[in-house]
Amino acid sequence: MQFFLNITLGGIATGMIVAAVALGLVLIFRATNIVNFAQGAMAMMTTYIAYAVLHKGSGYWLAFVVALATGLLFGALTQVVLIRPLQGKSPLNAIIVTFGFLIFLEGLAGAIWGSQTRTFPAPFSEAGQKIGNTQIAFSPFDVFVVLAVLALMILMLVLFRGTDLGLRMRAVAFAPETARLLGVRVRPLLTLGWALSAAAGVLAALLVVPTSSLTPNFMDVILIYGFTAAVVGGLDSPVGALVGGLATGLSLAYVGGYLGGSLEPMAALALVIVSLMIRPEGLFARPAPRRV
Amino acid sequence: MGELRKKAQGLAAKPWFRMPRQPMLRHLSYAAVAVVFLYFLTQKLSAFNDYEVGEIAFYVVALAGLTLLTGVNGQISLGHGGFMAVGGFTLALLVEHTKWNVVPELAIAIVTSALVGALIGIPATRLRGPYLAGMTLMVALGLPYLTNQYDSFFGGDQGLTTPQPIGPASINPEQWLAWIQLACALIVLILLGNLLRSRFGRSFRAVRDDEIAASLAGIHVARTKVIAFMVSAGCAGLAGALLALSAGGVNSAEFPLSISIYLLAGMVIGGTGSLMGVWWGAILIVYLPTSWAPSLANHFHVNSQVSANLAVIIFGLVLVVGMLVAPGGIQGALRWVAVRVGAYFSPDGVPNMKLSLQEAPTDRAVHDSESVTQADKPGV
Repeated sequence: MQFFLNITLGGIATGMIVAAVALGLVLIFRATNIVNFAQGAMAMMTTYIAYAVLHKGSGYWLAFVVALATGLLFGALTQVVLIRPLQGKSPLNAIIVTFGFLIFLEGLAGAIWGSQTRTFPAPFSEAGQKIGNTQIAFSPFDVFVVLAVLALMILMLVLFRGTDLGLRMRAVAFAPETARLLGVRVRPLLTLGWALSAAAGVLAALLVVPTSSLTPNFMDVILIYGFTAAVVGGLDSPVGALVGGLATGLSLAYVGGYLGGSLEPMAALALVIVSLMIRPEGLFARPAPRRV
Repeated sequence: MGELRKKAQGLAAKPWFRMPRQPMLRHLSYAAVAVVFLYFLTQKLSAFNDYEVGEIAFYVVALAGLTLLTGVNGQISLGHGGFMAVGGFTLALLVEHTKWNVVPELAIAIVTSALVGALIGIPATRLRGPYLAGMTLMVALGLPYLTNQYDSFFGGDQGLTTPQPIGPASINPEQWLAWIQLACALIVLILLGNLLRSRFGRSFRAVRDDEIAASLAGIHVARTKVIAFMVSAGCAGLAGALLALSAGGVNSAEFPLSISIYLLAGMVIGGTGSLMGVWWGAILIVYLPTSWAPSLANHFHVNSQVSANLAVIIFGLVLVVGMLVAPGGIQGALRWVAVRVGAYFSPDGVPNMKLSLQEAPTDRAVHDSESVTQADKPGV
């Protein structure tokens, strides 16, 4: 029972991180019909920058803020330089470009920082807590993970539901041509969407790196879990990203805990296959009529 | 120059030789020329170079499958290395547990990876969009973990051994292996070439250009996509089995994500959708990581950290820059030159439309399907 409880708690913490990655993917997919396969690698680069800031002697929180700010900038820059020229081309081009960018960044990180693993500190203790006589595997850092991702979700919710800017972003995602005719400037909003998505990815990277250690490809597996979560929840639903993230995190934790950790990536694939078979649009996506 | 031009126009008006129109005959005659050329090439080269020619051959097989999937059918796989691993491990398991000849082993490797392909391809057809890309990426990333989990079956870190097939004593083993691999490559190219000129090839393209129009024309869209994906995965499986023969064994480290990346970059550089272009891609995949990148690194005296990652960086750049600047790849550039040279020499000074019409549709998906996408999602 205690084992089950600990696995569940671990699954929730992982699930929140996965949800942040999924949210980043969903933000971009809603607006531009592109899955940004480079999201994990972009976050990895930013994490290396945060690592450098940390080793300059500044505190964790400064590095944290620097990473998020760099992530925003990086996302915007990527959209302007790489994605904008692909407007109106086949979606295949965008997939190949983002995937190529993933590879390029991983190679670049390897060339600059080498492939050795580095440890990245956590802002809070990672040791489990004792409640009464039972040791539970939920550390103060896990609490921070859950709260940070929840804060991100709430910020996004406020942005999209409560502000004029958010309304315009939703209009651009829903009907770009109509939005443009109504006077919304589409291109800067797309850039902003990429910036926010990259920041979500960076948050996920900062939350996962203390437990996984920093290497050029530490985000690969997290990215595919995020993709799983986004498919389960529906690729264009932010709420789905949260629910899908938790579902993915928990299922993978049970598979890892009871069957063996090496099976987790394949379990994620099985989850995608099953969810596409049962509910292809995802749990929360709006049905999409296709234009002829 | 006027003299030359007149002469060329005369030749063009009355060609001294014309390729057969019937696709099977035409492809067989290309293959016959290739056989003669490759026979003398492998005779001339050293054993190590023969080994490299064999490597080029199996990458041609994998790239042909990938270019058919992406360029002709408009689907994409980021994890074809995963299907190569399926083929390689199938062959190795057959070698381990049976005493069969290499031909049925290769055939079973093709069938197995095609079936795994169907498992991934069928759910992905239920929706449009990047599902297939993500799922194939998961296959490539997840398979090494799977072989580690069941390491008693898959041989763990050591992997399984696949001894080289032994030919006649008069031929050295590298050359014999290269011939087997080249034979597979030519057979695959002939078969795929014919497939593309058949009913299937036409429905592949129709589905790529407009799924709704294709289904109105009576094409079963989902089935067509699954067939294309199975053919493609089967090719990758054959390539993986041939790779296993070259390497003498398979283990999980032998099919890293980088193979999938190399394949994608090879496809883009050769010209997406072009069965001839795959040779350029395969040459790049074989020589860039092992010989060109190291000598480039040597030339600029960079440290070992940079040189270890140089090939990956170049492949990433090829994908990004290639897609943005020259989506037609090398074969697209050659065709561009051929059309313009043809226009210069043709009597009325217009480009040879027959050439461009015949050749252009094969790589439309990647560089000018603007009409389709714009109707689909305006303004993005």
